[in-house]
Amino acid sequence: MKARVHVMLKNGVLDPQGEAVKHALGTLGFDGVEGVRQGKVIELDLADGTSEATVTEMCEKLLANTVIESYSVELV
Amino acid sequence: MRAAVLVFPGSNCDRDMAVALKAAGAEVEMVWHKDADLPLGVDVVAVPGGFSFGDYLRCGAIAAQSPICKALVAHVERGGYALGVCNGFQVLTETGLLPGALMRNAGLKFVCKTIGLEVATSSSAFTEGYSAGDVLSIPVAHHDGNYVADDATLAKLRDQDRVAFHYTENPNGSTADIAGILSENRRVLGMMPHPERAVDAAHGGTDGQALFRTLVGQLENV
Repeated sequence: MKARVHVMLKNGVLDPQGEAVKHALGTLGFDGVEGVRQGKVIELDLADGTSEATVTEMCEKLLANTVIESYSVELV
Repeated sequence: MRAAVLVFPGSNCDRDMAVALKAAGAEVEMVWHKDADLPLGVDVVAVPGGFSFGDYLRCGAIAAQSPICKALVAHVERGGYALGVCNGFQVLTETGLLPGALMRNAGLKFVCKTIGLEVATSSSAFTEGYSAGDVLSIPVAHHDGNYVADDATLAKLRDQDRVAFHYTENPNGSTADIAGILSENRRVLGMMPHPERAVDAAHGGTDGQALFRTLVGQLENV
């Protein structure tokens, strides 16, 4: 089984990389991009039967820094 | 006074840190990240700058999970002293020993220059050799030094006089110009600028010397 973890900066935390991407899109002529937030996706190959709670614990302990980041877990 | 300098794959300021501590009179041991214990009788643990584990995942995140960092947390919980500089500061926030987090510089560029660093409090074993308001010349060299914390944490840092240093000109977008903070018991200092790179006339400045001398001097008398 696989799990996909999405890690994003929390709302309200300034994302300088997202801002730079937004600026670059504007430079390329893409009008109407009102905001860009950049995050990361982490794919985990897991032994069958690994619970979502275990993946959540992985996020809390390592995969996300919950001071500045939020995360979501998707079992696939 | 005995100091341990932690060494991770990718640390690159560990030897400078050891030289600065030795010059101030400390006995220094280098400790590899896979060691599970600190040398007996260590008074202060220094977490040096660099790019531990290639800054993978987040700066300091992997180092914070290493065996030696469990020993570091136990050392601090026993009331031991710790100093984290640059990547060491990032490691200390990732272990939870200091609040907040260090994000990518607001200008997205790596900054490498000597900056003005204002001493915000002289009330700690690290900063007692300075006076509040002193402006030091200390180098910075980082890509992720933009200090972020929630409003409650920032208020607490301010009310408890735990901001150790401010930038005179903010190089990285850090909230409230914060360059270094202390733990609640004032025995853990994390800072982005590199005092160990300003301890010898050949470095171009010696403003960092007082930090190491004061720290060693204070702990000699414990």
